[in-house]
Amino acid sequence: MTVSASTPQSVRTRTAEQADAGLLVLPSYQRPAAGVHPPLDFEGYRSTALRHPKRPLALLPHRLTEVTGPLLGNDLITPTDADLTTQRGGEPLGQRIIVTGRVLDSGGRPVPDTLIEIWQTNAAGRYRHSREHHPAPLDPNFDGIGRCITDAGGRYRFITIQPGAYPWGNHYNAWRPAHIHFSLFGRAFTQRLVTQMYFPGDPLLPLDPIFNSVPDERARQRLIAGFDIELTQPEWALGYHWDIVLRGREATVFE
Amino acid sequence: MSGLTPSQTVGPYFAMRLPWPDGPYVVPEGSPGALTIAGRVYDGAGNVIPDALIETWQADPDGRFAHPDDPRGASPSGYAGFRGFGRCQTAPDGSYRIVTLKPGPLPVLTGEGDIEAPHLDVSVFARGLLDRVVTRMYFPDELAANAADPVLCSVEPARRATLVAVAEPEGHLRFDIRLQGERETVFFDV
Repeated sequence: MTVSASTPQSVRTRTAEQADAGLLVLPSYQRPAAGVHPPLDFEGYRSTALRHPKRPLALLPHRLTEVTGPLLGNDLITPTDADLTTQRGGEPLGQRIIVTGRVLDSGGRPVPDTLIEIWQTNAAGRYRHSREHHPAPLDPNFDGIGRCITDAGGRYRFITIQPGAYPWGNHYNAWRPAHIHFSLFGRAFTQRLVTQMYFPGDPLLPLDPIFNSVPDERARQRLIAGFDIELTQPEWALGYHWDIVLRGREATVFE
Repeated sequence: MSGLTPSQTVGPYFAMRLPWPDGPYVVPEGSPGALTIAGRVYDGAGNVIPDALIETWQADPDGRFAHPDDPRGASPSGYAGFRGFGRCQTAPDGSYRIVTLKPGPLPVLTGEGDIEAPHLDVSVFARGLLDRVVTRMYFPDELAANAADPVLCSVEPARRATLVAVAEPEGHLRFDIRLQGERETVFFDV
Protein backbone atom coordinates (compact mmCIF):
# COMPACT_ATOMS: atom_id res chain seq x y z
CA MET A 1 0.00 0.00 0.00
CA THR A 2 1.36 3.39 -0.95
CA VAL A 3 -0.10 6.75 -0.20
CA SER A 4 0.39 9.44 -2.78
CA ALA A 5 2.24 12.37 -1.26
CA SER A 6 -0.04 14.80 -3.05
CA THR A 7 -3.24 13.24 -1.76
CA PRO A 8 -5.07 15.50 0.65
CA GLN A 9 -5.31 14.04 4.11
CA SER A 10 -9.10 14.19 4.11
CA VAL A 11 -9.30 12.02 1.01
CA ARG A 12 -6.87 9.48 2.38
CA THR A 13 -8.76 9.24 5.61
CA ARG A 14 -12.12 8.85 3.96
CA THR A 15 -10.81 6.22 1.59
CA ALA A 16 -9.12 4.38 4.40
CA GLU A 17 -12.34 4.40 6.38
CA GLN A 18 -14.20 3.01 3.41
CA ALA A 19 -11.67 0.22 3.02
CA ASP A 20 -11.95 -0.55 6.73
CA ALA A 21 -15.70 -0.69 6.41
CA GLY A 22 -15.43 -3.18 3.54
CA LEU A 23 -16.89 -0.67 1.12
CA LEU A 24 -15.62 -0.36 -2.41
CA VAL A 25 -13.52 2.46 -3.73
CA LEU A 26 -14.79 3.54 -7.12
CA PRO A 27 -12.37 5.19 -9.52
CA SER A 28 -12.79 8.85 -10.21
CA TYR A 29 -11.75 10.55 -13.43
CA GLN A 30 -9.73 13.73 -13.69
CA ARG A 31 -11.68 16.80 -14.68
CA PRO A 32 -10.22 18.59 -17.70
CA ALA A 33 -8.04 21.61 -17.06
CA ALA A 34 -9.48 24.95 -18.10
CA GLY A 35 -8.85 25.81 -21.73
CA VAL A 36 -8.55 22.26 -23.08
CA HIS A 37 -12.10 21.90 -24.34
CA PRO A 38 -13.86 24.62 -26.30
CA PRO A 39 -16.49 26.76 -24.58
CA LEU A 40 -20.04 25.87 -25.55
CA ASP A 41 -20.69 29.52 -26.41
CA PHE A 42 -18.21 30.62 -29.08
CA GLU A 43 -19.00 33.72 -31.05
CA GLY A 44 -16.92 32.80 -34.09
CA TYR A 45 -18.97 29.65 -34.68
CA ARG A 46 -22.45 30.89 -35.44
CA SER A 47 -24.35 27.68 -34.75
CA THR A 48 -23.38 27.78 -31.08
CA ALA A 49 -25.58 30.86 -30.53
CA LEU A 50 -28.89 29.05 -30.02
CA ARG A 51 -27.47 25.69 -29.05
CA HIS A 52 -25.40 26.38 -25.95
CA PRO A 53 -26.86 26.11 -22.45
CA LYS A 54 -26.83 29.48 -20.72
CA ARG A 55 -27.20 28.18 -17.20
CA PRO A 56 -24.04 27.02 -15.43
CA LEU A 57 -23.44 23.28 -15.60
CA ALA A 58 -24.16 21.34 -12.42
CA LEU A 59 -21.33 19.22 -11.05
CA LEU A 60 -21.95 15.50 -11.57
CA PRO A 61 -20.03 13.32 -9.13
CA HIS A 62 -18.44 10.19 -10.62
CA ARG A 63 -20.58 7.31 -9.51
CA LEU A 64 -21.30 3.93 -11.03
CA THR A 65 -23.06 5.24 -14.14
CA GLU A 66 -20.19 7.61 -14.88
CA VAL A 67 -17.22 5.29 -14.23
CA THR A 68 -18.69 2.53 -16.38
CA GLY A 69 -19.51 2.73 -20.07
CA PRO A 70 -20.35 0.67 -23.12
CA LEU A 71 -17.59 -1.77 -24.06
CA LEU A 72 -18.52 -2.20 -27.69
CA GLY A 73 -16.68 -5.02 -29.30
CA ASN A 74 -15.50 -6.75 -32.39
CA ASP A 75 -19.00 -7.85 -33.33
CA LEU A 76 -19.44 -4.37 -34.81
CA ILE A 77 -16.35 -4.55 -36.98
CA THR A 78 -15.79 -6.07 -40.40
CA PRO A 79 -12.30 -6.55 -41.88
CA THR A 80 -12.64 -3.70 -44.39
CA ASP A 81 -13.82 -1.16 -41.80
CA ALA A 82 -10.33 0.21 -41.13
CA ASP A 83 -9.39 0.46 -44.81
CA LEU A 84 -11.51 3.16 -46.42
CA THR A 85 -9.82 2.57 -49.79
CA THR A 86 -11.20 -0.94 -50.30
CA GLN A 87 -14.83 -0.62 -49.22
CA ARG A 88 -16.14 -0.23 -52.75
CA GLY A 89 -15.42 -1.98 -56.02
CA GLY A 90 -12.55 0.21 -57.15
CA GLU A 91 -9.86 2.48 -55.84
CA PRO A 92 -10.90 5.94 -54.66
CA LEU A 93 -9.25 9.02 -56.13
CA GLY A 94 -6.84 11.07 -54.07
CA GLN A 95 -3.73 10.82 -51.97
CA ARG A 96 -3.61 7.52 -50.11
CA ILE A 97 -2.69 7.99 -46.43
CA ILE A 98 -2.15 5.88 -43.33
CA VAL A 99 -3.40 7.39 -40.05
CA THR A 100 -2.23 5.61 -36.95
CA GLY A 101 -1.48 6.24 -33.30
CA ARG A 102 -2.42 5.25 -29.81
CA VAL A 103 -5.36 5.98 -27.57
CA LEU A 104 -3.99 6.82 -24.13
CA ASP A 105 -5.34 8.21 -20.91
CA SER A 106 -3.86 11.30 -19.35
CA GLY A 107 -1.73 9.11 -17.10
CA GLY A 108 -0.07 7.73 -20.23
CA ARG A 109 -1.73 4.33 -20.01
CA PRO A 110 -3.00 2.75 -23.25
CA VAL A 111 -6.76 2.42 -23.68
CA PRO A 112 -7.21 -1.05 -25.20
CA ASP A 113 -10.22 -2.63 -26.92
CA THR A 114 -12.08 0.60 -27.49
CA LEU A 115 -14.18 1.46 -30.52
CA ILE A 116 -13.09 4.31 -32.80
CA GLU A 117 -15.45 5.59 -35.48
CA ILE A 118 -14.35 8.03 -38.19
CA TRP A 119 -15.95 9.95 -41.04
CA GLN A 120 -14.55 12.41 -43.56
CA THR A 121 -14.88 14.03 -46.99
CA ASN A 122 -13.45 12.52 -50.14
CA ALA A 123 -10.43 14.00 -51.91
CA ALA A 124 -12.61 16.72 -53.45
CA GLY A 125 -13.96 17.92 -50.11
CA ARG A 126 -17.36 16.28 -50.48
CA TYR A 127 -19.17 14.26 -47.82
CA ARG A 128 -21.42 11.40 -48.80
CA HIS A 129 -24.46 12.80 -46.99
CA SER A 130 -27.94 13.70 -48.20
CA ARG A 131 -27.81 17.24 -46.81
CA GLU A 132 -24.39 18.07 -48.27
CA HIS A 133 -24.68 20.30 -51.34
CA HIS A 134 -21.11 21.43 -51.98
CA PRO A 135 -20.72 21.31 -55.78
CA ALA A 136 -17.75 18.95 -55.73
CA PRO A 137 -17.92 15.44 -57.15
CA LEU A 138 -18.79 12.36 -55.15
CA ASP A 139 -16.38 9.47 -55.59
CA PRO A 140 -18.23 6.22 -56.32
CA ASN A 141 -15.35 4.36 -54.73
CA PHE A 142 -15.25 6.27 -51.44
CA ASP A 143 -17.76 6.37 -48.60
CA GLY A 144 -15.49 8.13 -46.12
CA ILE A 145 -16.46 6.07 -43.06
CA GLY A 146 -14.38 3.75 -40.92
CA ARG A 147 -14.25 1.87 -37.65
CA CYS A 148 -11.71 -0.05 -35.66
CA ILE A 149 -10.99 -1.32 -32.17
CA THR A 150 -7.73 -0.44 -30.44
CA ASP A 151 -5.38 -3.34 -29.73
CA ALA A 152 -3.92 -4.29 -26.36
CA GLY A 153 -1.46 -1.40 -26.62
CA GLY A 154 -4.18 1.12 -27.45
CA ARG A 155 -3.05 1.28 -31.09
CA TYR A 156 -5.32 1.98 -34.05
CA ARG A 157 -4.63 2.22 -37.78
CA PHE A 158 -6.71 3.46 -40.70
CA ILE A 159 -5.91 3.52 -44.39
CA THR A 160 -7.79 6.28 -46.17
CA ILE A 161 -7.58 9.19 -48.60
CA GLN A 162 -6.41 12.70 -47.76
CA PRO A 163 -9.67 14.60 -47.20
CA GLY A 164 -10.29 17.93 -48.92
CA ALA A 165 -11.20 21.38 -47.65
CA TYR A 166 -14.80 22.50 -48.17
CA PRO A 167 -16.80 25.71 -47.89
CA TRP A 168 -19.37 26.19 -45.14
CA GLY A 169 -21.76 29.02 -44.55
CA ASN A 170 -20.46 30.24 -41.22
CA HIS A 171 -19.08 33.52 -42.59
CA TYR A 172 -17.98 35.01 -45.90
CA ASN A 173 -15.51 32.74 -47.73
CA ALA A 174 -15.44 30.25 -44.87
CA TRP A 175 -13.57 27.00 -45.60
CA ARG A 176 -13.04 24.14 -43.21
CA PRO A 177 -9.47 22.86 -43.12
CA ALA A 178 -9.12 19.22 -44.13
CA HIS A 179 -9.99 17.00 -41.19
CA ILE A 180 -11.13 13.57 -40.12
CA HIS A 181 -13.89 13.25 -37.50
CA PHE A 182 -13.12 10.82 -34.66
CA SER A 183 -15.53 9.36 -32.10
CA LEU A 184 -14.16 7.43 -29.11
CA PHE A 185 -15.69 5.70 -26.11
CA GLY A 186 -12.78 4.87 -23.85
CA ARG A 187 -13.73 2.61 -20.93
CA ALA A 188 -16.08 4.93 -19.05
CA PHE A 189 -18.90 7.38 -19.71
CA THR A 190 -16.58 10.14 -18.50
CA GLN A 191 -14.08 9.37 -21.26
CA ARG A 192 -16.43 9.71 -24.24
CA LEU A 193 -14.88 12.03 -26.83
CA VAL A 194 -15.86 13.31 -30.26
CA THR A 195 -13.17 15.35 -31.98
CA GLN A 196 -11.47 16.14 -35.29
CA MET A 197 -7.95 15.44 -36.53
CA TYR A 198 -6.26 18.06 -38.70
CA PHE A 199 -3.21 18.00 -40.98
CA PRO A 200 0.09 19.82 -40.42
CA GLY A 201 0.79 22.99 -42.34
CA ASP A 202 -2.80 23.56 -43.44
CA PRO A 203 -3.12 27.29 -44.28
CA LEU A 204 -6.80 27.22 -43.30
CA LEU A 205 -6.12 26.33 -39.67
CA PRO A 206 -5.53 29.90 -38.44
CA LEU A 207 -8.81 30.95 -40.06
CA ASP A 208 -11.05 28.17 -38.76
CA PRO A 209 -13.32 29.07 -35.82
CA ILE A 210 -13.94 25.44 -34.88
CA PHE A 211 -10.23 24.61 -34.58
CA ASN A 212 -9.58 27.94 -32.85
CA SER A 213 -12.43 27.46 -30.39
CA VAL A 214 -9.95 25.53 -28.22
CA PRO A 215 -8.63 28.24 -25.90
CA ASP A 216 -5.33 26.65 -24.93
CA GLU A 217 -2.75 26.91 -27.71
CA ARG A 218 -0.91 23.73 -26.76
CA ALA A 219 -4.16 21.78 -26.55
CA ARG A 220 -5.16 23.09 -29.98
CA GLN A 221 -1.89 21.86 -31.47
CA ARG A 222 -2.71 18.38 -30.16
CA LEU A 223 -5.51 18.23 -32.75
CA ILE A 224 -2.92 18.24 -35.57
CA ALA A 225 -1.45 14.94 -36.73
CA GLY A 226 2.26 14.65 -37.44
CA PHE A 227 3.61 13.62 -40.82
CA ASP A 228 5.89 10.63 -40.30
CA ILE A 229 8.30 9.41 -42.96
CA GLU A 230 8.80 6.22 -40.95
CA LEU A 231 5.12 5.39 -41.29
CA THR A 232 5.12 6.38 -44.93
CA GLN A 233 5.22 3.35 -47.20
CA PRO A 234 7.43 3.62 -50.29
CA GLU A 235 5.56 3.78 -53.60
CA TRP A 236 2.25 3.56 -51.76
CA ALA A 237 1.00 5.93 -49.03
CA LEU A 238 1.93 8.87 -46.78
CA GLY A 239 1.97 8.20 -43.04
CA TYR A 240 0.46 10.40 -40.33
CA HIS A 241 0.75 9.83 -36.62
CA TRP A 242 -1.90 11.00 -34.16
CA ASP A 243 -2.26 9.99 -30.52
CA ILE A 244 -5.54 10.65 -28.76
CA VAL A 245 -5.55 11.29 -25.02
CA LEU A 246 -8.68 10.65 -22.96
CA ARG A 247 -9.25 11.58 -19.35
CA GLY A 248 -7.36 9.42 -16.87
CA ARG A 249 -8.25 8.34 -13.39
CA GLU A 250 -7.36 10.37 -10.39
CA ALA A 251 -4.29 9.02 -8.66
CA THR A 252 -5.48 6.18 -6.49
CA VAL A 253 -4.66 6.23 -2.83
CA PHE A 254 -4.22 2.48 -2.56
CA GLU A 255 -2.06 0.78 -5.17
CA MET B 1 0.92 13.22 -17.58
CA SER B 2 -0.21 13.68 -21.16
CA GLY B 3 -2.35 16.56 -22.31
CA LEU B 4 -5.94 15.76 -23.18
CA THR B 5 -7.18 15.80 -26.75
CA PRO B 6 -9.74 18.61 -27.01
CA SER B 7 -13.33 18.05 -28.07
CA GLN B 8 -14.58 19.30 -31.43
CA THR B 9 -18.13 19.45 -32.74
CA VAL B 10 -19.69 16.32 -34.21
CA GLY B 11 -20.74 18.58 -37.12
CA PRO B 12 -23.66 18.14 -39.52
CA TYR B 13 -22.51 14.94 -41.22
CA PHE B 14 -22.06 12.42 -38.40
CA ALA B 15 -25.03 10.48 -39.75
CA MET B 16 -22.64 9.00 -42.31
CA ARG B 17 -21.07 6.88 -39.59
CA LEU B 18 -22.49 7.12 -36.11
CA PRO B 19 -26.12 5.96 -36.23
CA TRP B 20 -26.52 2.18 -36.28
CA PRO B 21 -29.69 0.49 -37.53
CA ASP B 22 -30.20 -1.07 -34.09
CA GLY B 23 -28.70 1.87 -32.18
CA PRO B 24 -31.94 2.94 -30.50
CA TYR B 25 -32.50 -0.57 -29.19
CA VAL B 26 -30.84 -0.98 -25.82
CA VAL B 27 -32.86 -4.19 -25.82
CA PRO B 28 -34.55 -5.76 -28.84
CA GLU B 29 -38.02 -4.37 -29.39
CA GLY B 30 -40.63 -6.60 -27.80
CA SER B 31 -38.31 -7.78 -25.01
CA PRO B 32 -40.19 -8.41 -21.76
CA GLY B 33 -40.49 -5.13 -19.86
CA ALA B 34 -39.26 -3.03 -22.79
CA LEU B 35 -40.25 0.61 -22.60
CA THR B 36 -39.91 3.45 -25.07
CA ILE B 37 -38.36 6.79 -24.25
CA ALA B 38 -39.08 9.44 -26.85
CA GLY B 39 -38.73 13.16 -27.04
CA ARG B 40 -37.59 16.13 -29.04
CA VAL B 41 -34.50 18.29 -28.89
CA TYR B 42 -35.00 22.08 -29.02
CA ASP B 43 -32.72 25.08 -29.47
CA GLY B 44 -32.92 28.45 -27.74
CA ALA B 45 -35.47 29.78 -30.20
CA GLY B 46 -37.78 26.86 -29.47
CA ASN B 47 -37.06 25.26 -32.84
CA VAL B 48 -36.49 21.54 -33.10
CA ILE B 49 -32.95 20.34 -33.77
CA PRO B 50 -33.04 17.90 -36.66
CA ASP B 51 -29.34 17.00 -36.60
CA ALA B 52 -28.57 15.94 -33.03
CA LEU B 53 -27.33 12.62 -31.77
CA ILE B 54 -28.62 11.27 -28.46
CA GLU B 55 -26.72 8.61 -26.52
CA THR B 56 -27.91 6.90 -23.35
CA TRP B 57 -26.07 4.79 -20.78
CA GLN B 58 -27.70 3.03 -17.84
CA ALA B 59 -27.72 0.15 -15.39
CA ASP B 60 -29.71 -3.01 -15.93
CA PRO B 61 -33.00 -3.58 -14.07
CA ASP B 62 -31.04 -4.85 -11.05
CA GLY B 63 -28.97 -1.65 -10.92
CA ARG B 64 -25.84 -3.38 -12.23
CA PHE B 65 -23.40 -2.80 -15.08
CA ALA B 66 -21.60 -5.33 -17.27
CA HIS B 67 -18.31 -3.54 -16.70
CA PRO B 68 -15.12 -4.30 -14.73
CA ASP B 69 -15.55 -1.21 -12.57
CA ASP B 70 -18.85 -2.49 -11.28
CA PRO B 71 -17.43 -5.16 -9.00
CA ARG B 72 -20.78 -6.93 -8.98
CA GLY B 73 -20.88 -7.14 -12.81
CA ALA B 74 -24.03 -7.75 -14.80
CA SER B 75 -26.96 -9.50 -13.20
CA PRO B 76 -26.47 -13.25 -13.12
CA SER B 77 -30.12 -13.66 -14.09
CA GLY B 78 -29.25 -11.86 -17.31
CA TYR B 79 -31.38 -9.71 -19.52
CA ALA B 80 -31.23 -11.07 -23.04
CA GLY B 81 -29.83 -8.60 -25.51
CA PHE B 82 -29.49 -5.77 -23.00
CA ARG B 83 -26.43 -3.63 -23.72
CA GLY B 84 -27.04 -0.54 -21.58
CA PHE B 85 -26.16 1.77 -24.43
CA GLY B 86 -28.56 3.51 -26.81
CA ARG B 87 -27.87 5.84 -29.72
CA CYS B 88 -30.39 7.67 -31.88
CA GLN B 89 -30.11 10.60 -34.26
CA THR B 90 -32.96 13.09 -34.27
CA ALA B 91 -35.42 13.06 -37.16
CA PRO B 92 -36.38 16.15 -39.21
CA ASP B 93 -38.99 16.91 -36.51
CA GLY B 94 -36.30 16.85 -33.80
CA SER B 95 -37.53 13.58 -32.34
CA TYR B 96 -35.55 10.63 -31.05
CA ARG B 97 -36.58 7.29 -29.59
CA ILE B 98 -34.84 4.73 -27.40
CA VAL B 99 -36.19 1.28 -26.49
CA THR B 100 -34.84 -0.01 -23.22
CA LEU B 101 -35.49 -1.62 -19.84
CA LYS B 102 -36.03 0.46 -16.76
CA PRO B 103 -32.80 0.51 -14.76
CA GLY B 104 -32.79 -0.40 -11.10
CA PRO B 105 -31.72 1.96 -8.35
CA LEU B 106 -27.97 2.10 -7.73
CA PRO B 107 -26.77 0.92 -4.34
CA VAL B 108 -24.40 2.70 -2.02
CA LEU B 109 -21.07 1.12 -2.87
CA THR B 110 -18.69 3.73 -1.64
CA GLY B 111 -20.19 4.75 1.65
CA GLU B 112 -20.83 8.19 0.26
CA GLY B 113 -24.27 9.69 -0.16
CA ASP B 114 -27.49 7.91 -0.78
CA ILE B 115 -28.97 5.33 -3.07
CA GLU B 116 -29.41 6.75 -6.55
CA ALA B 117 -32.84 6.65 -8.11
CA PRO B 118 -33.19 4.83 -11.44
CA HIS B 119 -31.74 7.05 -14.16
CA LEU B 120 -30.08 7.21 -17.55
CA ASP B 121 -27.04 9.33 -18.33
CA VAL B 122 -27.75 11.14 -21.61
CA SER B 123 -25.24 12.77 -23.98
CA VAL B 124 -26.28 15.21 -26.70
CA PHE B 125 -24.06 15.89 -29.70
CA ALA B 126 -24.88 18.30 -32.54
CA ARG B 127 -23.58 20.81 -35.00
CA GLY B 128 -23.13 23.96 -32.92
CA LEU B 129 -22.14 21.98 -29.83
CA LEU B 130 -18.35 22.18 -29.53
CA ASP B 131 -18.48 19.57 -26.79
CA ARG B 132 -21.18 17.10 -25.86
CA VAL B 133 -23.63 18.17 -23.20
CA VAL B 134 -24.65 15.66 -20.54
CA THR B 135 -27.92 15.36 -18.68
CA ARG B 136 -29.77 12.69 -16.74
CA MET B 137 -33.25 11.25 -17.19
CA TYR B 138 -35.21 10.14 -14.13
CA PHE B 139 -38.53 8.26 -13.99
CA PRO B 140 -41.84 9.91 -13.11
CA ASP B 141 -43.10 6.91 -11.10
CA GLU B 142 -40.19 7.08 -8.63
CA LEU B 143 -41.30 10.00 -6.49
CA ALA B 144 -39.75 8.78 -3.24
CA ALA B 145 -36.51 7.60 -4.82
CA ASN B 146 -36.19 10.80 -6.82
CA ALA B 147 -36.73 12.89 -3.70
CA ALA B 148 -33.78 11.10 -2.06
CA ASP B 149 -31.50 11.01 -5.10
CA PRO B 150 -28.24 12.85 -4.31
CA VAL B 151 -27.75 14.22 -7.82
CA LEU B 152 -31.32 15.35 -8.29
CA CYS B 153 -31.25 16.93 -4.84
CA SER B 154 -28.15 18.91 -5.79
CA VAL B 155 -30.15 20.70 -8.50
CA GLU B 156 -32.18 23.77 -7.63
CA PRO B 157 -35.77 22.61 -6.99
CA ALA B 158 -37.38 24.75 -9.68
CA ARG B 159 -35.29 23.07 -12.38
CA ARG B 160 -35.50 19.43 -11.28
CA ALA B 161 -38.54 18.77 -13.44
CA THR B 162 -36.38 19.16 -16.56
CA LEU B 163 -34.65 15.91 -15.55
CA VAL B 164 -37.78 13.82 -15.02
CA ALA B 165 -39.52 12.15 -17.96
CA VAL B 166 -43.27 12.52 -18.44
CA ALA B 167 -45.54 9.46 -18.66
CA GLU B 168 -47.62 9.71 -21.81
CA PRO B 169 -51.09 8.16 -22.12
CA GLU B 170 -49.86 6.04 -25.02
CA GLY B 171 -47.54 4.26 -22.60
CA HIS B 172 -44.16 5.70 -23.49
CA LEU B 173 -42.06 8.17 -21.55
CA ARG B 174 -41.43 11.61 -23.00
CA PHE B 175 -38.10 13.27 -22.31
CA ASP B 176 -37.63 16.52 -24.20
CA ILE B 177 -34.25 18.24 -24.15
CA ARG B 178 -33.97 22.03 -24.37
CA LEU B 179 -30.43 23.21 -24.99
CA GLN B 180 -31.29 26.78 -24.12
CA GLY B 181 -34.22 28.98 -23.15
CA GLU B 182 -36.71 29.45 -20.39
CA ARG B 183 -37.09 25.75 -19.66
CA GLU B 184 -33.46 24.91 -20.38
CA THR B 185 -32.63 21.34 -19.37
CA VAL B 186 -30.18 20.93 -16.51
CA PHE B 187 -26.82 19.89 -17.93
CA PHE B 188 -23.94 18.49 -15.94
CA ASP B 189 -20.23 19.00 -15.80
CA VAL B 190 -19.17 15.37 -15.90
